[in-house]
Amino acid sequence: MSNAAGFPLLSLILFTPLVGVVLLLLTDRRQEERIRWIANATAGVGFLVSLPLWFWYDTQDAGWQFVERLAWIPSIGAEYFLGVDGFSALLILLTTLMGVIAVLSSWTAITVRVKEYYVFLLALQTGMLGAFMALDFLLFFLFWEVMLVPMYFLIGIWGSDNRLYSAIKFFLFTLVGSVVMLLGILAVYFYHHSVTGVYTFDVTQFHQLNIPDGLQWWIFLAFFLGFAVKVPMFPFHTWLPDAHTDAPTAGSVILAAVLLKMGTYGFIRFSLPIVPEATAAFVPLVVGLSIIGIIYGALVAMAQKDWKRLVAYSSVSHMGMVMLGMFALTPVGITGSIVQQLNHGISTGALFLIVGIVYERRHTREIAEYGGLSKVMPVYAAIFLVMTMSSIGLPTLNGFIGEVLILQGIFVVSKFWAFVAASGIVLGAAYMLWLYQRTMFGNVTNPKNEGLPDLSMREIWTFVPLLILAVWIGLYPKPFLDRLETSVDNVMARVSSDYTPRLAAAGGREAPSGTAGAQAPVRGGTR
Amino acid sequence: MAALGFSPSDFYYLLPELILTAGALLLLLVNVIVPRRDDLLFGLSMGTLAVSALVLLSFAGVDVVVSRGLLAIDGFALFFKLIFLVSAGLTLMMSAPYLRVEGVRAGEYYFLILCATLGMMFMASGVDLITLFIGLETMAVAFYILVGYLKPSHRSNEAAVKYFLLGAFSLGILLYGMSIVYGMTGSTRLDEIAVALAAQDGSLVLSLGMILLAAGMGFKIAAVPFHMWAPDVYEGAPTPVTAFLSVGSKAASFAMLLRIFIEGLGALTPDWQVVFAFLAVVTMTVGNIAAITQSNMKRMLAYSSIAHAGYVLIGVVAATERGVVAALVYLWVYLFMQLGAFTVITMLRRRDVVGDELKDMSGLFARSPIAAVAMLLFMLSLGGIPPTAGFMGKVWIFGAAVDQGFIWLAVVGVVNSAISLYYYLRVVVFMFFREETTGSEITLGPALATALAVGVVGTILFGIYPQWLFDQAQNAAALFGSGAASAMHGFN
Repeated sequence: MSNAAGFPLLSLILFTPLVGVVLLLLTDRRQEERIRWIANATAGVGFLVSLPLWFWYDTQDAGWQFVERLAWIPSIGAEYFLGVDGFSALLILLTTLMGVIAVLSSWTAITVRVKEYYVFLLALQTGMLGAFMALDFLLFFLFWEVMLVPMYFLIGIWGSDNRLYSAIKFFLFTLVGSVVMLLGILAVYFYHHSVTGVYTFDVTQFHQLNIPDGLQWWIFLAFFLGFAVKVPMFPFHTWLPDAHTDAPTAGSVILAAVLLKMGTYGFIRFSLPIVPEATAAFVPLVVGLSIIGIIYGALVAMAQKDWKRLVAYSSVSHMGMVMLGMFALTPVGITGSIVQQLNHGISTGALFLIVGIVYERRHTREIAEYGGLSKVMPVYAAIFLVMTMSSIGLPTLNGFIGEVLILQGIFVVSKFWAFVAASGIVLGAAYMLWLYQRTMFGNVTNPKNEGLPDLSMREIWTFVPLLILAVWIGLYPKPFLDRLETSVDNVMARVSSDYTPRLAAAGGREAPSGTAGAQAPVRGGTR
Repeated sequence: MAALGFSPSDFYYLLPELILTAGALLLLLVNVIVPRRDDLLFGLSMGTLAVSALVLLSFAGVDVVVSRGLLAIDGFALFFKLIFLVSAGLTLMMSAPYLRVEGVRAGEYYFLILCATLGMMFMASGVDLITLFIGLETMAVAFYILVGYLKPSHRSNEAAVKYFLLGAFSLGILLYGMSIVYGMTGSTRLDEIAVALAAQDGSLVLSLGMILLAAGMGFKIAAVPFHMWAPDVYEGAPTPVTAFLSVGSKAASFAMLLRIFIEGLGALTPDWQVVFAFLAVVTMTVGNIAAITQSNMKRMLAYSSIAHAGYVLIGVVAATERGVVAALVYLWVYLFMQLGAFTVITMLRRRDVVGDELKDMSGLFARSPIAAVAMLLFMLSLGGIPPTAGFMGKVWIFGAAVDQGFIWLAVVGVVNSAISLYYYLRVVVFMFFREETTGSEITLGPALATALAVGVVGTILFGIYPQWLFDQAQNAAALFGSGAASAMHGFN
């Protein structure tokens, strides 16, 4: 464990948004322009200070990096303990980038209670970042729950039609899951004390535990409820279409790009390494639910008349794929799962921005209201096309890499799973292309669409980083895969006792990249 | 120990109580000599509380039994007495503006608040059934009058009569239980009871006594099914009195409950664990579900406070040092969030608005952002959302249950706390999501502002950095556990 930065970098990243919150609170609510500038500047700085996580990250170091450790509640063994590995570093970068995009995309969309809006958006940012950084389980849980409040307000105040219902549904679903997870955390905490005599919430210590089988099962189920609601996995997904549909655009973007990742992050960071035997035992359940999610999400998406709801259901399908890859419990599968998490953040985040842009112009999300938009908004249509392709996994774009890795990872475990996953990809192509066709192609049939302005410069800039990332990951994913290697190794070492880390085995830098991925040792006996 | 009478050291250790008594009597005197000087009376009573608290703090680390074995001056008592004094102080700050709006004279009111506090202090210190009972009675009688203090108000009168009748009834049950325990053990002193019980096998009569004691205490902490009085009384009583009742009286009753059951009836732990586990489950569940349907803030908080008694009972069920620590921590943080919420409701009481309906919260954020944000904090804290104190309290309560293998109880607890968020967030919906407003301007006077600030600071501070609180609660529970014979059964 080390901190290459030499100063508390993670804390800096974590609290930058809060500085913005304080500045906003000190600003008069009527100075809306100034408020917007402060919020955008804060988000921008927030992204810039997170960049060292990319450049200073040591891919050879299998331990925790940028570690900070301070006493918090010594009497119960809780610490202010932050640190990252490649996985969380990438998610943090995704979060800060999405923060910039979400804040920028709200410039004209939000006209009422502007000050509160940005306060909540930035506070949300801190909550999410904290959850990705915390290596103290209590601290993690604190951030995990803190996030609910600003999101609740974002949906409840600035959402559309059914916002109050959606907001409370989001809150209560997540809350029920997470309080049960809290009991799981406490169970691990007390078990750790019973074997070591030390009270601690230190996750890295929990990663060393060998919890007896019976207890593992209960802990897995407690964690599962918390994380599965957040992912969301079928059948805990019902909050998601409502929350997504009614949230303001930036809320949907954050929700899709970052919040859902907290669930998958939780599985990889906590469930897999802390209760590996139970994880293996529950593979059939999780895989079954993931498969249902993939197919069901895709079919329901196909039937949607509401543009935003369609994208929301596509999230259910895509996150099912992420879970499937993860629970293949093979190194390639987990790597693919993580890459696909990033991809989902990029492409689905962009798709929500795309819906938001026409919603801001027309105030409707009915697909039937649109048609032939490519004639009036060519730039918009082009970006939408790229993001559609990214979402359905066209080669040279990011989605392809993730899907190939996932398929490769699960193929060696079960051909049937791979078959189902592949059919999910086909269905995904179907509903996305059909959506594109209905909204973009043909003649402009609705006269209200004739005068729609194309993207403004600001709007284009919200897409630029996402487009770059989509192409970058699609063409040259190696820097990303390199960063994930040790994280995946560490997880694999826990879930599979006969696993040899690739870094050690190959004696150098042999990363599984795309189609030519190295055939790393495969976990047997999960079926 | 002197065979007869009191020794001087007894008086020394009783100084906080004596100061309260003297202050209360002085208050009555001043009220007669210089009438219509409510501000003077307010200052006098605040001063009394402050001096009493200062003297009390000098007893930190003391662990003695005084007054011929009737009173324990230990960390446990100290912790609770601080809760009482702080909540009495906050109640007074709420009361001053409230009484002005209601147009009621303050003299006897302040006197009664101090008397109630005095009773609570004896409930925390008492290690003898009779002392505990007298403390309880002192507190209860003061509250009977306080609840009905708004003489012209129909609601207030009805509440007082209900509280008095049910209170008298519950005291009867409690006394009956005490007499049975006395009959079976030959002593009213908790340490002697513990020794006597350890030497004998359980019997039906003893179980009956234990159950009657639990029922009598159940009334006082408003545990289901002994909670019927609470909503009506909470709604009818003057708002600050409701606040004091829901925090001070509840904490005092828990102090007495912990003393009796852990220190006195430690030998019967497995038996009363079952009873309290049952009470905890129904109390949390009924309290939370009933709270959902309320449209009156005071009634809602009444049911919510019933539910919170259920959470604290989980700590009691654990019956370990950790459980007691959790209960202490919870009662301490509950003080800030509950009194804070009542401060906001008090604030909404204006000449033209009663202000205790849920709809009176509408648009509060637009009219008084500070009050609305503070209320948001209190609601989140009551619901157990971090980074508030309520979260830390809940974590420790559920931790105590998980630690002792009461997983099912913890599950019921966490599900309940999720349910509770539904109605706490409803308040938030009214405050932040609705625009319409009624009635005259909302003003935040200095007294209310101070009370609100204390509530906010407590709620945030103990949520973000609870170390100090955990330490204090740990000390309190440790000293408590070491007391005389209880060591035999209370904590192993």
